[in-house]
Amino acid sequence: MPVQRCWRRQLAGVGLKQTPLHDFHQQHGGKMVPFAGWSMPVQYTYSHLESHMHTRQHCSLFDVSHMLQTKVFGRDRVKFMESLVVGDIAELKPDQGTLSLFTNEKGGIIDDLIVTSTSEQHLYVVSNAGCSDKDLALMQTRAQELRAAGSDVHLEVWENALLALQGPSAVRVLQAGVSDDLAKLPFMSSAVMDVFGVPGCRVTRCGYTGEDGVEISVPAGRVVELAERLLDDPDVWLAGLAARDSLRLEAGLCLYGNDIDETATPVEASLVWTLGKRRRAAMDFPGAAIIVPQIKEKPKRKRVGLMSTGPPIRQHTRILDLEGRTVGTVTSGCPSPCLQKNIAMGYIKSEHSKVDTVLTVEVRKKNYSALVSKMPFVPTRYYTIK
Amino acid sequence: MGISKKARKYTDKHEWISVENGIGTVGISNFAQEALGDVVYCSLPEVGTKLNKQDEFGALESVKAASELYSPLTGEVTEINIALADNPGLVNKSCYNDGWLIKMTVDSPSELDELMNEDAYEKYIKSIED
Repeated sequence: MPVQRCWRRQLAGVGLKQTPLHDFHQQHGGKMVPFAGWSMPVQYTYSHLESHMHTRQHCSLFDVSHMLQTKVFGRDRVKFMESLVVGDIAELKPDQGTLSLFTNEKGGIIDDLIVTSTSEQHLYVVSNAGCSDKDLALMQTRAQELRAAGSDVHLEVWENALLALQGPSAVRVLQAGVSDDLAKLPFMSSAVMDVFGVPGCRVTRCGYTGEDGVEISVPAGRVVELAERLLDDPDVWLAGLAARDSLRLEAGLCLYGNDIDETATPVEASLVWTLGKRRRAAMDFPGAAIIVPQIKEKPKRKRVGLMSTGPPIRQHTRILDLEGRTVGTVTSGCPSPCLQKNIAMGYIKSEHSKVDTVLTVEVRKKNYSALVSKMPFVPTRYYTIK
Repeated sequence: MGISKKARKYTDKHEWISVENGIGTVGISNFAQEALGDVVYCSLPEVGTKLNKQDEFGALESVKAASELYSPLTGEVTEINIALADNPGLVNKSCYNDGWLIKMTVDSPSELDELMNEDAYEKYIKSIED
């Protein structure tokens, strides 16, 4: 069987970027691999399965500093943002955030991102590492255009580190280090606070695992200190990219580049909820002329969840109907540690996309049964205040 | 009783084979199972499958990825390890004993000479780790 070169000895290579936690990862037994132009830990001394289950039962700490953090300032920052994304940004309450999408004129998804309307006169934007060059170019170009037409908007790349603390005990762990009452910080809300003595950290109640938890934007010079402090709690384990991927897949969350890309519209991607109510009516976001009609007319293909037993189904696996005709392709898949079954996402022809439709997947030239399933595969546990 | 170290020969793709009374038992090395991580599923061929040396005969799946298996010799599959269906983790826990994958006939015994012995395989692992 082919074996990847031993991670422990693999050089970061010329040109790979390093987060402020790079040495910290190696000191803690992190196996470093290239990801989106960065040297990132794929796992530490625990196995992938152990790390995944620990996140669901306790909490895990992830370095997500490779993601792009941007601040948008100016009186016209909301107009600027709405010219690029599909959501109702103006309606966000102070310190409220939302998942949104950059779209292009063809209705395709350029990236998915979180936009938070802070109470400090700026928008705080977090977007994918793999799209940072194109996202930054997109935002800079639009900002320049708007300024040339008299608008007041400018961007600042926020060179902070970013940590994610995720799992049922994440907030208990964090509460010990902050004076804000975290019970008053619901899912998708954000606040700036001192965290274990590190001032000026932005804490957002969000994440990529389906669990309760936070992302903490930390000044780069203090992130190692904060990470070490969080690890003092024995409930906290470090986790890397491997667990991050299996966790988000169980939670039904898309990975840009696999499950969504510029060839998929938000309707095809089953992300209709991201389209703002006002924006749909106004048709004033990129690609609206293609996207909005698809809501009523139904697109030709749809992103769905799949479950199976037998060999795991992975990206590029062919999906067939019971007559053996190709009806789709898998875009992400793995064995679910929680469910002990195989889970996957893929695009299939809309007529076969109803939940509980029985289909066939082709793995290594053999056919196995698969079932269209609701997502999330594992119930999410986001913290909402009723 | 385990399969003695001396009897094992290795491929450059990290399979091992140990021949006794004309039947070869095949598995993956400790180096391979460590790199693979927790095995969650084993795709193995049917008894009776005819394999040429280096033919792909199945795959081992971890959460993250699949790793193909390649036949060390030319022969016919006589038995597969059915314990792996319910307990794929045996490949990690006991890669040289209870985690064996298939048994096969040895149609060309001279092919064994082309494989590495224990010492040669140890050297080989060191060379690819650097």
